[in-house]
Amino acid sequence: MDFLSSHLLTTILFFPVLAALVILFLPGGEAKLIRWTAFVASLVPFALSLVIWFNFDKSAAGFQFEEQYVWYQALNSTFHLGVDGLSLTMVLLTTLLTPLALLASFSISEKVKAYFMLFLLLETGMLGVFMALDLLIFFVFWEVGLVPMYFLINQWGSANRNYASLKFLIYTMAGSLGLLLAVQMLGVAFGTYDLVALFDKWPYAATLPNVALGGMSIATVKTIAFWAFVVAFAIKVPVWPFHTWLPDAHTEAPTAGSMILAGVLLKLGAYGFLRLVLPFYPMQAQQYAWALAFLAVMAIIFGAFGAYGQTDFKRLVAYSSVNHMGFVVLGIAAAAKVAGTADAHIAMNGAVLQMFNHGLSAAGMFFLVGVIYERTHTRNLSDFGGLFPLVPVYGGILIFTSMASLGLPGLNGFISEFLVVRGAWGPLPVFTALAMIGLLFTGAYILKGIKDVLHGPLNEHWAHGEHKLTEINTREILVMAPLMALILWIGVWPAWILDVINKAVVRLF
Amino acid sequence: MATETLIWLIPLPPVLAFFLIVLFTNRSKALSHTLGVGAAFLSWLGSMVVFYKAVTTEHFSGFASSIPWLPVGDTWFRIGISIDPLGAAVLFFVAWTIFMIFLYSVGYQNFGQPKGDHDRAGLPPHGATVTDEHGHKHMVLSVEPMYSRFFAFLGLFAFGMYTLVVSDNLLTLFVGWEIMGLCSYLLIGFWYGKPSARAAAIKAFMTTRIGDVFMLLGIAFLYQATGTLTFSEIFTEETLHVLATTPAFFGLSAAGAIAILLFVGTIGKSAQWPLHVWLPDAMEGPTPVSAMIHAATMVSAGVYAVLRMFPLLTAGWHEGAALLPAMNLVAFIGAFTALFSATIAVAQNDIKRVLAYSTISQLGFMIAALGIGAYIAAAFHLITHAFFKGLLFLGSGSVIHGMEHGVLHTGDHHVDPQDMFNMGGLRKKMPITFWTFLIGGFALSGFPIITAGFWSKDEILADAWANGHLTVFITLAVAAFLTAFYTMRQITLTFLGEPRTKEAEHAQETPWTMTVPLVVLAVFAAAYGWVGIPEHFPVLGGILPNWFHEFVGGSLLEHPEALEFSWAPLLTSLSVALGGLGLGYLVYRNVKSPAEDKLQIPALKNKWYFDEIYDFLFVKPSYWFAETFTYQWMDKGVIDGILHFFGKAAAWIGDTLRKYIDAWFINDIVADKLSHQWTVHPAARAVRKVQTGRIQQYMLTSIGVLFVVGVLVYYFFMA
Repeated sequence: MDFLSSHLLTTILFFPVLAALVILFLPGGEAKLIRWTAFVASLVPFALSLVIWFNFDKSAAGFQFEEQYVWYQALNSTFHLGVDGLSLTMVLLTTLLTPLALLASFSISEKVKAYFMLFLLLETGMLGVFMALDLLIFFVFWEVGLVPMYFLINQWGSANRNYASLKFLIYTMAGSLGLLLAVQMLGVAFGTYDLVALFDKWPYAATLPNVALGGMSIATVKTIAFWAFVVAFAIKVPVWPFHTWLPDAHTEAPTAGSMILAGVLLKLGAYGFLRLVLPFYPMQAQQYAWALAFLAVMAIIFGAFGAYGQTDFKRLVAYSSVNHMGFVVLGIAAAAKVAGTADAHIAMNGAVLQMFNHGLSAAGMFFLVGVIYERTHTRNLSDFGGLFPLVPVYGGILIFTSMASLGLPGLNGFISEFLVVRGAWGPLPVFTALAMIGLLFTGAYILKGIKDVLHGPLNEHWAHGEHKLTEINTREILVMAPLMALILWIGVWPAWILDVINKAVVRLF
Repeated sequence: MATETLIWLIPLPPVLAFFLIVLFTNRSKALSHTLGVGAAFLSWLGSMVVFYKAVTTEHFSGFASSIPWLPVGDTWFRIGISIDPLGAAVLFFVAWTIFMIFLYSVGYQNFGQPKGDHDRAGLPPHGATVTDEHGHKHMVLSVEPMYSRFFAFLGLFAFGMYTLVVSDNLLTLFVGWEIMGLCSYLLIGFWYGKPSARAAAIKAFMTTRIGDVFMLLGIAFLYQATGTLTFSEIFTEETLHVLATTPAFFGLSAAGAIAILLFVGTIGKSAQWPLHVWLPDAMEGPTPVSAMIHAATMVSAGVYAVLRMFPLLTAGWHEGAALLPAMNLVAFIGAFTALFSATIAVAQNDIKRVLAYSTISQLGFMIAALGIGAYIAAAFHLITHAFFKGLLFLGSGSVIHGMEHGVLHTGDHHVDPQDMFNMGGLRKKMPITFWTFLIGGFALSGFPIITAGFWSKDEILADAWANGHLTVFITLAVAAFLTAFYTMRQITLTFLGEPRTKEAEHAQETPWTMTVPLVVLAVFAAAYGWVGIPEHFPVLGGILPNWFHEFVGGSLLEHPEALEFSWAPLLTSLSVALGGLGLGYLVYRNVKSPAEDKLQIPALKNKWYFDEIYDFLFVKPSYWFAETFTYQWMDKGVIDGILHFFGKAAAWIGDTLRKYIDAWFINDIVADKLSHQWTVHPAARAVRKVQTGRIQQYMLTSIGVLFVVGVLVYYFFMA
C-alpha cells in the first residue's frame, strides 16, 4: 500500500498499459474475456483517481501527488508528474469516460484484442498529457495518444475512414511541429524542460540564454513561440477555421472512439491553453486575446450553423463539439485579457467546467447516435422519423442528453456557459454578444436532431419485421446512467467540482 | 416549520412527482395522476400557508433565506428564496391555477375511459368502440395513451413556475423560466406524431430562445455591473443610482440597457410583438397546457419578470416625470401588441386561437402599464387575467371535449371540433361550461363592477389617463373595445343561437373533474377584482379597502400614490366594454357560416402575414446559411479546399521529387546511366571479353598476374 500511495499517478498512468499487455497474452478467440478484462482493468485508474480526488487538498498551492524520476538526463528532462485542480478534473474525466467507452465497445466483434489494447494505450496517452509536468514528457504523450486513435478510426471506422484517419493524424502532427520547435527552444535556453521551473524563468524572461535569435527581439521570438503553441492547441480544440478534421474523424470513428475523441481528446487542446499558453505567455495572450476571442466566436457561430446544416446525425453531433468548445476558448480569451480580475476567474471557471461538461454530454450524445446506428445502420436523419413510440426509454435519454448539450438550466451545460458569458461580457462585450447567435442556433440544431429522429409521423420501416427497432438495452443504459447522473448533479449542485476548479483558477490566472 | 423552510419546499413535490412517474409509475395511470395531483395539492397547500402568513403579518416586507451555491473567485454566488408582497400575490394565483389545471387534466385526458381502438403514443386519442347491454356498438372517448407522461411533464412545469416565483435572484428565476420553456416545448409537441404539433413546438422554443439569449446577456451585464443577482441587493437606492448614472451603449444608462436586454426575454416569453408568432401555434398542445402554460402561468412569467425588474426599468425616474427611453420602448411594445393582436383575434374561427390572440393582447395591456410606470395596475391585471383566461381556456377545452363527444357520436371525423362555426347553442347542452365561460368572457371584456377584469383594466386606463399618456390610453381603449367585441362574438357563435351541426346537437357536459375547476376559477374571475377597488371610486370606493394596492405596493422601495379619481377613463372603459359586447352580439347572433362573417378579411385571418414574412426573412435564410454557406461553401469548399490544396501540393512536390530527383536523376542518371550505362556497362562489356572460357587463356592470365604481383612485391617491399 505504501508503494501505491506514493506512486498513485504513475499507477493510474501505466495501469492501462499493463492491462493491454495482459490482454496481449489472452487467447484471441475469447472476445468476452478480453472485453471484461479491459473493462474491469479500466475501473482501476478510475477508482484511484477517486482516491486522489478525495485526498486532494484544494486549498494548497502548486501541484500535488508529485512524482519525479530520472528520464533523459542528457537533456535534463525528468519524468515529472503532478496534478492541480485543473488537471485533476481532466484526469477524472478521462478515467471516468474510458470505462464507459469500453463498456460501449462490447458490441465490437472484429479484431477484439487489438481494439481493446489500443483503447487502453489511448487512455495512457491522454492521461500522460494531463499529468505531465515536463514539457518533453508532455509532448511525448501528446503524440503517443495520436497513434491508437489513428488505428481505431482506420481499422474500425466506417466507409470513409482512410481519408478521415489520415486527415486527423496529419493535421494534428502538422500543428505540433511548431510546438516541438518552441519546446526545444525553451529547453535549450533554460537547460530544463520542467514546467515548474519554466513557469518561473520563461514568462517574463528578458533574454534567452544559449539561443541565437538571429537579430530578432525577444518580444518577436515570444510572439512567434506563442503562436506556435496556439496553433498546435487550436487545431486540437478545434477552433475555427482548423475544425474540419473533426466532423470527418468523428463521423468515421467507431462509437466509443467518438466518445473519447469528443470527451477527452479535444480537451487536450484546451488543456494546452490552460497549462502552457496562458502561464507561459501572459503578455502575448493578453495582447492577442481579441484574436482568440474572434476565432472562438467564429467557432461558436459556425459550429452551430454547421451542425444545423447536417443531414447526418453523427456529423450534427460532431459539429456541436466545435460550437461548445468555442465557449471554452472564449472563456480562455476573456481570462487572458483581464488576468487577475474577478471577470477572469469567472470566465476561466466557466471554461474549465465547460470542458468537463462537454466531455459528459458529447460522449453521451455520440453514444446515443451509436446506439441507433447499430440498430438501423444509417445515420441519415431523413431515414428516421417518429421513432419515439418504438423506443420510449431511448427517446427519453436522448432528449435529456440533448437538453444538456443545449445548455438547459438545471443541467450542467448551463452553469459553464453562463459563467463564460458572465466572465466574457466585461472584457469582450461585442464578442460575447455575437456568441449569442451561436447559442440561439445551438437550440436549432438540437431540436432538429430530436425532430428528425423521435418526433413526427412514424417511419413504418422501423416498426415491423426484421427492421423492427429494438429498445436500448441494459448495458447501454448502464453506459448512460453515470453520465446522466453527473449531468444532473453538476446542473443542480455544481459546487463540488467548481470549488476545486475555482481554487486552482484563482491561484493561476 | 419556519415559513422560509416551507417556501424552499414548495417547488419540490411536483418535481419529485416528475421523477417518480418517469422512473417508476409510468405504467400505472392511476398511480401517476395520484402522484401528480397530490404533488400539486401539496404545493398549493404550502403556498396557501405562506400566503396566509404574509397577509396576516403586519407591515409585511418579505420572507427570505439563501445558501452559497457557486464559488466564483474569492466569493460565493448565493441562491435562495424570497417572498415579498408581490411574490405572495403571485404565489396565490399560481397555486390555484396550477392545482385546478392538474385536476382538470384527469378529466380532459379521459381517465377511466377505455383504451382506444387505434390509438398510438404521439397522436391524440381517436375514440374506442364499446358495446352496451343491448348489443349496440358505439364510439366513446378513449383515454390518452401517454396519460402518465402528461402528468410528469405538468409536474416538471409546475416545478419551473414555483421556482421562478420563489427565487430571490435572477439566475434561479431564469432556471425556472427555461425549465418552463422546455416543458412548453414538450407539451406543445405532446402529440409529436402530428407534424403541425412538432413544428409548433420547435417554433415556440426557438422564438422564445431569441428572447432568452438577450436575457442571458442582460443577466451577465447586471451581474458584472453590480456583482450580484439577488433582488434585494440590486434594488437598493445606491446600486440603482449607480446603474442609472453609468452610461452603457446607444446613449442608454446601464440600468436602461440591462432593463431592455431583460425585457427582450419577456417579449419572447410573453409573446409580445414582434416575437408573438409562437403562441397561436402553441394551441396544438392539449388544452390544459394551453390554459396553464399559455395563459395562466408561463406567459405571465414574462410580465412577472418585468414587475420584478421594475425598479431597474424605472431607475432614475419618478412618478409624473417624462418616461425613460427603456420605459418608452416597453410602453410602445405593450400598447402596440395589445391592439395589433386584438385585430387578429376578431377574424379567428378556432375557439382556442381566439383566446390565444386575446392572451397576447391582454399581456400587452400589462406590459404597456409597466411601461408607463403603473406597477400596481399591471400586477393586478396579471392576476385577474390569469384567473379568467385560465378559466376561458379550460372552458374552451370543455367545449372541445363536448364537441368531440358529438363527433364520435356522428362518426364524421371531418368536423373540426374546435371551429366555432360548427358549434352554436351549446348553452343547453353544457350549462356549467356555458355559465362559467360567460363569467370568464365578461371578465375579459371588462364587464362593469361584477367582474375582476373590469377593475384591473380600468385601473390601467385610469393610470394612463392620469399621467397624460394619451396615445397609450387611446390605443388600449380601442384594444379593449375589440376585446369585448371578439369575446362576445365567441360566446355568441359557441353557446347562443341554435346548434349549427349534428355534432353540436350531440355535445355533452364534461365530467366533474373538469367542471369543478371551471367553477372555482369562475369565482375568482368574478370576485378577485373586489380586493382592488380604488379608494375614490364613486359609491363603492372605500366600502372595501383597496387591499391589493396597500399590500403589493409594499414590494417597492417607495409605496406608490393612489390615483385621483377621474370620470373620463371610467366612462371610456364602461362604454368600450358594453359597446363591444353589445355590438358583438348584434353582429353575430344571426351569422351561420364564415361566408356571412364580414370580418374574415385575409390580412386579419392571415395574422398580418407575419409567419410568411419571418419565413422569408429569417427561417429560409438560416437554412441556406447553415446548409449551403457554412457547410458546403465555407467548410467543404474553402477550408477543406485549402487543406486539400496543401495535400495536393505536398503530393505534387513528393511526386516531382520522385520523378525528377529520385527516378530521373538518382535512378536514371546516377544509378543507371552514370553508374551503369556510361561506366560500368562499357567496362563490363570490355572486361567480358576476357572471360573466354578457355583454360589455357586463364592459366596464361594467372601466370601473368602472378608475375606482375611478384614484381610489385619485390619492388615495394624487398628492394
